[in-house]
This record gives sequence, structure tokens and C-alpha cells, in this order.
Amino acid sequence: MNTVTIRYFASIREVLGTGEKLDVREGATVGEVRDALIARSPGHAAALARGKALRCALNQSLSDEAAAVGQGAEVAFFPPVTGG
Amino acid sequence: MDRARVSIQTEDFDLSAEVAALRAADAGVGAVAAFVGTVRDRNDGLGVSSMELEHYPGMTEKAIEAMIDAALFRFDIHAARVIHRVGLLQPQDQIVLVAVTSAHRGEAFQACEFLMDYLKTQAPFWKKEHTPEGARWVDARVSDDDAMKRWDLASANAAA
Repeated sequence: MNTVTIRYFASIREVLGTGEKLDVREGATVGEVRDALIARSPGHAAALARGKALRCALNQSLSDEAAAVGQGAEVAFFPPVTGG
Repeated sequence: MDRARVSIQTEDFDLSAEVAALRAADAGVGAVAAFVGTVRDRNDGLGVSSMELEHYPGMTEKAIEAMIDAALFRFDIHAARVIHRVGLLQPQDQIVLVAVTSAHRGEAFQACEFLMDYLKTQAPFWKKEHTPEGARWVDARVSDDDAMKRWDLASANAAA
């Protein structure tokens, strides 16, 4: 089993909090992590719903959902960025 | 020791001081291009009384460092400095500084614009503005993704 650290930002953070932990299978992808989180609660399902414009980062680098999360990875989900 | 290229901070910055530091001890510099972004008192049809800037500590610095590396590789520039403020800001406050030095102006102008376009679409910041109708998160703009195309870089930040 692989325990990954999940982090949320902006409007996602307002609904789900700053983050949580999740156990995933070896070789799980960011997409599978998102699906597992969606299944956690109705609040999760609404905030992380497929069809919402969500971006993700793996170990603090922008990622796509096909990427495999390694051991003890940090996975973040957030809305499109609006800096600058 | 090299000065930091990227600073994420709540404090305001001094444009003159930053430019002076960036081109200090480099007599080969013939051009400095600097951009400063500031808080407007109006956005998307509503007055803005204040704005909160959130970021992803760790990723923010790393992401902007990589953007500066990309600019140094792509343009014939000497150095670049990016400062981005976070926390609670008021209209007319400075938000962001992008400053670039080079021998000639063409590269400096281009690299400065490149860094701003890149930052707008990939740096992990989020703005929440306070309006007469309540607080709302600012939406990302498709026009910022479009701006990346002129640098031949695909961007899908604002896309649904």
C-alpha cells in the first residue's frame, strides 16, 4: 500500500479543507487518486466532479491524470490558476 | 552568493531597488525591461474592495524558477527577477514584478512578456476578490492560454 498526501487549494480547499491522506495501490495514477477521493463523500464528489475544470500537481509539479503516483507522493487538486 | 531570483512574499517591493540590484556589477547590460502588475478597483463588472492571494508553498517557487530557466534558455538575457505578493491586497497595491536584463531591448521585452504569460497560466496562485455582492474567486481567462500560443507553448489552464 502507498499512502499519498492530498492537498487542496482555493475553492476546493474551502469545501474539503487543506488536505488529507489516502492509501492507494502500487502504480495508481493521479486519475485513480481523484476517483478514490470522489468516492469518499458527497462533498468530495461535488468538489472533484468529472467535468469540473480541475488541475492537478504531482510532487509540486503540474501533472496530468495519467501520471503514476510514486511512494509517499504529494498530489494536489486545484482550480485553474489566476496569479500574475 | 547569488541573490534569489524568485520571491513570494506578503511585503511590498521597491521597483527601483530591484532593478538596481538586478543589473548591479553587470556593465554588459544595456536594457532592463520590467513589468509591474497592480490591483484594480474593478473586475468583471463589479467593484473590488480588496483581494486575497493564495498560493501553493513549495510549488510556487519551483514553478517560477523553471519558468526563469526556460526564459534564460530561450532568450539572450542576462538575468531575471520575479516577485509575487500573496495575502490581502488593496486596489492600487503592487502584485507582481517581472524584471529582465539583457544587452539589447528586443530580448528583454520578449523575455519579460514571456515570463508574465507563463506565470499567468501555470504559477499556482488563486485570487479571491471582495465585491459589493460578496467574495468570489477570480476565473481564469482563456485569453491567457491563447497568449501562450505566440510562444509556441500549449496551455489549457482556463479550458473546461
